[in-house]
Formats: sequence, C-alpha cells, structure tokens
Amino acid sequence: MEYHTSKKVLTGAEIIWECLLQEKVSVVFGYPGGAILPAYDALTKYKGRIHHVLTRHEQGATHMADGYARASGSVGVAMATSGPGATNMITGLATAMMDSSPIVCITGQVPRPFIGTDAFQETDIVGAAIPVTKHSYLIMDISELAATIREAFYIARSGRPGPVLIDIPKDVQSDSIEFNYPETTIDLPGYYLPKDPLEKQIQSAVELIDNAKKPVIFAGHGVLLSGASSEIIELAEKSGIPIATTLLGIGSVPDSHPLVLGMMGMHGQAWTNRAIQDADLIIACGMRFDDRVTGNLKTYSPNSKKIHVEIDASEFNKNVRVDLPVHCDVKTFLNAIIPHIQQNNHRRWLEDISVWQQDSQQRDIVNTGSPTLMGAQVIRKIWEGTKGDAIVVTDVGQHQMLEAQYYDHEKPRTLLTSGGLGTMGFSLPAGIGASFYGSDKEVWIIVGDGSIQMTITELATAVQENVNINIAIINNGYLGMVRQWQQMFYGARYAETPISSPDYVKIAEAYGLSGQRVIHIDEILPAMKKAQQTNGPSLIEFVVEKHDMVYPMVPAGADLHDMIQRPHNNKPLAQQKVKKEALK
Amino acid sequence: MKQTLITLVKDKPGVLNRISSLFRRRNFNIESLVVGRSETPGISRITIVTNETDSTKRGNIYFNLLKLINVISVRDVTTLPCIAREYVLIKVHVDTDKLNDINDVTKKFGARIVDMGKGSVIIEAAEEEKVITDLIKNLSQFNIAEIMRTGKIAMRRGVAENNSCLSSNNNQENAHWTVDQINHYLNS
Repeated sequence: MEYHTSKKVLTGAEIIWECLLQEKVSVVFGYPGGAILPAYDALTKYKGRIHHVLTRHEQGATHMADGYARASGSVGVAMATSGPGATNMITGLATAMMDSSPIVCITGQVPRPFIGTDAFQETDIVGAAIPVTKHSYLIMDISELAATIREAFYIARSGRPGPVLIDIPKDVQSDSIEFNYPETTIDLPGYYLPKDPLEKQIQSAVELIDNAKKPVIFAGHGVLLSGASSEIIELAEKSGIPIATTLLGIGSVPDSHPLVLGMMGMHGQAWTNRAIQDADLIIACGMRFDDRVTGNLKTYSPNSKKIHVEIDASEFNKNVRVDLPVHCDVKTFLNAIIPHIQQNNHRRWLEDISVWQQDSQQRDIVNTGSPTLMGAQVIRKIWEGTKGDAIVVTDVGQHQMLEAQYYDHEKPRTLLTSGGLGTMGFSLPAGIGASFYGSDKEVWIIVGDGSIQMTITELATAVQENVNINIAIINNGYLGMVRQWQQMFYGARYAETPISSPDYVKIAEAYGLSGQRVIHIDEILPAMKKAQQTNGPSLIEFVVEKHDMVYPMVPAGADLHDMIQRPHNNKPLAQQKVKKEALK
Repeated sequence: MKQTLITLVKDKPGVLNRISSLFRRRNFNIESLVVGRSETPGISRITIVTNETDSTKRGNIYFNLLKLINVISVRDVTTLPCIAREYVLIKVHVDTDKLNDINDVTKKFGARIVDMGKGSVIIEAAEEEKVITDLIKNLSQFNIAEIMRTGKIAMRRGVAENNSCLSSNNNQENAHWTVDQINHYLNS
C-alpha cells in the first residue's frame, strides 16, 4: 500500500481516516459538528473507501457501532463533535462497556489553546467517560495520533473487549505531519492478557468435572467473544453435562441441542434455575454472575463447587465465591481440558431436569389459544417466519425477555441485546449498525412501544441508508416491564407506565418506509412475508395483550428457586396475585 | 491491618483521575494515596492505603487497579516486610518559656524543630503512622495551630521482588496469575 512506502505529509484529519483504513474499517457512524469539521472535510477524499452513516443523534451512532461490533466481531466506529455531541455518546459507551463490546468513539475537541476555558461546546469528555470506557485518550500532539488510534483499536478488541474513546482537538486535526502507520508491536506494559491455564488448574478442573454428579456448564458472552461455541458443545457432549446460558450467552450454543437448557436467571427457564440450585458443580465460562443471574447470593446454588473461567481477573469472587478461578480465555481453557475429561452421560441428572421442563411447558402461554395477541406468540411466529436464522436485535423490557425465551438461536452473534446496562432505545440503531455487517441473514429488530420512542429518530437514518431491517414493535400500551413490577410489588399502582404511541403505520409512511399493523395471530406470517420482500426498512406494529407478564420471574434479590411461574390455569392476567412469601 | 499497595503507573495526564475514579465508582475507600516520581523517567510510584478489611474486597481492589491500562504493576505489601513512613509538619503557637518542654517531646519522638519564629515553632517528623499519631497527641498539650500530614509511603525490604520498574520479565510474570496468587486474594 502506497502510504507505507512513500512518506506523505498528511493533516491530522487525514491521518484519522488513513488509520481507520489500516484497521480495515469500512463504515463509520457519526454526526458532524464544529470541532470535528476538519475530519469530516477530509472524509470527502475517502469516498468509496469508507462509508459514513449520518445518524440522527450521537447516541444512535454509538449503538450502531455497537450493533455492528456485536454482529461482526470487529471493532465498530462512531464519530461525533465536542461538547453535546460527545456527551450524547455516554449512554452508548456505557452500554458497550457493560456488555464488553469493542467500539472506538472519536470525538472532536475544542482547539488546544481553548481547553479549560469553557469554550463553546467544550466538555471534558475524557474525564466524563472514564467510568464507562475501557480506556480513553486526549491527543495533545499530532505526533501521537497514529500510534494512539492503533493502540485504541488494539485495546478495544483484545482481552475483554470494550469501548475506547479518542478525543482529538480541532487544531490537532488541522496540523500536519509525515504519516506512517506504526508497524512495531504495541508497547503497553500495564496491559495484561492472560495466557494458558496452568497444569494444576487443568487437573483440578478435570477432577471436579469427572467427579460431579449434577454438573451444569454456564455459557456466557465470553464464549461468543472467544469463538468457543464448538468447543463448549464438545465438552458438553463428551461429559454429558447440560449447558445453561446467560442472556448474552444466547446464540453461543444452539438452542435445539438436547443438552442446552436455555437461559438462566431472573426470567430464565424454571428448569434451568432449578438445575442451577440443585447442582453440585458449576463450570462458568465467560460470565460474571450478574445479579440478574444469581438472585439472592446467600442461597445461590448452595451445594455446588464452582469453576470460573474468566479473562478478566477482577470478576473473580466479585459476586459469587468460586472454588477454582481460571484466569484464561474460554477457548484456551476448553481446548486444554477436553482431552482429559472422561466420557460420561448424566442420565439421572438429565432426567430430573426434563421432569421440571415438562411442568413448565404445560404452563406455556403459547399453548393457550388466547383470542388476544400475546407478545410470546408474536416472538414465536417471528422465529417461525425467519426459520430461526435471523439476526435479532432487541430492546429492553418484556419483549426482550420474551425474545430470550421464545426465539431459539442456533448460531453465534444472532441475538444482539443490551444486557448489562439495559439501555432502552438500543435496538433500532444497533439493528441498523448490524445490517452493515453484510451478512446474508435478515435483521429483525424487536422493540417495545416505550423503547422505540426513545430512538425513533433513527428511522430517518434507516431510510436514508435504505438498510434492510425489519422492525417489529410489540405494542402493549405500557412500559410493560415496569408495569409488571408495579403489578407485582407496588400494589398495581401504575404510576406513569401507561404510554401513548403515535400511529406507527403513519409514522412509517411519513419517514418513507412501509408500515403494517397486526392484531391477530393469523396475520403475523403474511405481514412478515411482506416485510421480508420489501427492499429497505419496513415496520410492523403488533398490538398485543396489555397486561401480560413475563414468566417465570425471580423477584430481584429473591432466591433463584423461588420463581413465580405462570399459573397453570392462565386466569385473566390482570387479576393474578403474587404470593407474598415468594417476594420476601 | 490496613491494606497497603505499591503501584507503578505511567506518568500520563489523568492517571490519578483514573485511579480515584475507580475507587469512587467501585465504592472502595482510599485512606491515603501518595504519588511521586520513581527511579525511571515517565514512571510514577504510588503508595495506596485502603481501609478495606474484607479479603475478597481487597482482591477486588487489587485486580481492578491492575486492570487500568496506565497502571503497570501493583503489589500488595500489607503482610510483607516493609519500611513504611509518614511525614508531618506541625506548627505550634508557643510562649518562649514552654520551648524546652516542646523540645523534650520532639526529641522523644525522633522529630525535630525546623523553624522557630516569633511565638511559633514548626516541627517535622518522618516516622511510622503510630509514632506520628503519638507525637501529635503529646504535642496537643501545647497550642497546635496547624498540622500538615502526608499519607503513608512504603518500600519493601531486601532485594527480592523489589517492585522495580519496567523490566519486561517482570511484566511477563505479572501477565499470568497462578492459582496460588489468585487464591491468595480470593480465598484467603
């Protein structure tokens, strides 16, 4: 490539784009403004090499970069100006931080002489972003620019991935210097990547696994990030141990696999949680024992030994005391232990679990034949209509949990969801970002009527870019999950949870995309078909039962085995009373 | 016993900000933090004292500090043989007739009078925390006007694992945590 051999003097702005090219970035999501003007001006020279997506809000840009990163596994890039442009990115940075998503955000900053003077659109974005980034930089000299961008990408994607922010003053962008992209190894003496597990750790792990009677494997996001899907299945098949997934671990193992139990935790499958509580060994791979996963820590899986394989040592014993911490990449660990594990089938244990499974299935809402449309039914139909092979991007709330329960994922990186931060408004921009990955899978955005209204402005981006996304709005007229908590724990006083919606079909038309409304179960598949055949974005509003709940549910802080299950008789949903003792 | 950590950090703008932000965000309590240049240009050495007593939390602090990219190394020296000192300046407002008494107290604690002005003296001491606390207690019979006290600085005795700056071998070692090392923090 010419910029290696012939030395060129480039502006800081040009260096930004050159570096992005070097990092194989093909798309940047952003929004121009005063302090980032030089970079945008230089962008005109890179037409055809880097595609820029003009978002309608900087938060959208960060979620798009995040969605792109989650779908592709490569670093997503977002760009914004100083001040409000940069602060609008905070939510997206925090979302990516909580879910270990590799993104690089580039912000303009006021010119160096103005820093600290409260200049127009000045914000200390590096200071503000410290708690929500893996690392951050303020570039005060153009000579540091190229090396810093390279380092930022390296940090974002390596180890436990995360967001990195680079703040570049306007006058650094307009300075010039001879450009060469550093080829030497990155020198970060304070950045530790774990290596192979030790012999002793492998031995102990093998021993624990071979001797367990009621073991469960946990597949978390780390399984996806380390690309260990086939290895974890290999371990499960050889040892006969079932796998439970976290919310972000969904897709890391095929849901159709007989050893895959499904999601654990607050809205996890009842049988999965019972298995965890009853287990004598937990092999936790790439997860962090989040409070939504554990419930009451004091009673959490009380009789199990716990192996914790985690790339980030600060996760050990943060929430749950473990017996064997292994500071290691999940794939490396699995490859190390699989050859030593004994062939086994835990027939008795698996039979126990399947009895619990049958009980849950009898309660299932999908089997009720209810006249009103149920959220769960919609999700199940979307699964059917996409043959379980779409990239599904969810927002946050009841529909998110229903997706996790009713859409069976078979492939890695097919469920994109804001798990840790629970960011409402995530799905539409993240789905737009994911569609730029260029996979042949269709993208379905499943979103509530509350969530869509948080970032509905990005519909314009979807239309301007003519991206192939399908937006399924699950409209129940409430902020449903909050309403569910109010119904269960706050005496059904629905404070500020009823929410009105615009006419989504008209909204779609006004923005210039196709819109449909579905109120009956029989209309779901035909409407989906129409959306799938549309070139470009399309929207379907599903009007569903207002008072449905997500079951099972472990109330926050309750014991994991104290699940509130869907009642057998499926009585009118609004009148169900939760047993007091289940709440504590 | 209070947790004492010696860390080496890259001397970059904002590095203290990152450390204090970490302690605030994770709800860890810093008792004191002393930062200064090390023997290597571009590298600072920091002594951090926390009042965290729970060993799991201590491990959390340790690993979270190490996770910061500008933090090069962290060593928990709480239970290791160390020289630990604090430094203090104490201004006492005093009449001339009490000077001898002050001098006696000062000498008893290995402190010294470094300034004698009209009606006031300044006493300095570089001692272990407890000695300084006792010194202040003993001086309180006089009229203490100002106290300026630093946090603790610490250095390990001997040559082994001297926590010295950037030898790459040192980093290689740090890059991998053995079961024992992790257990030291997590299961002790």
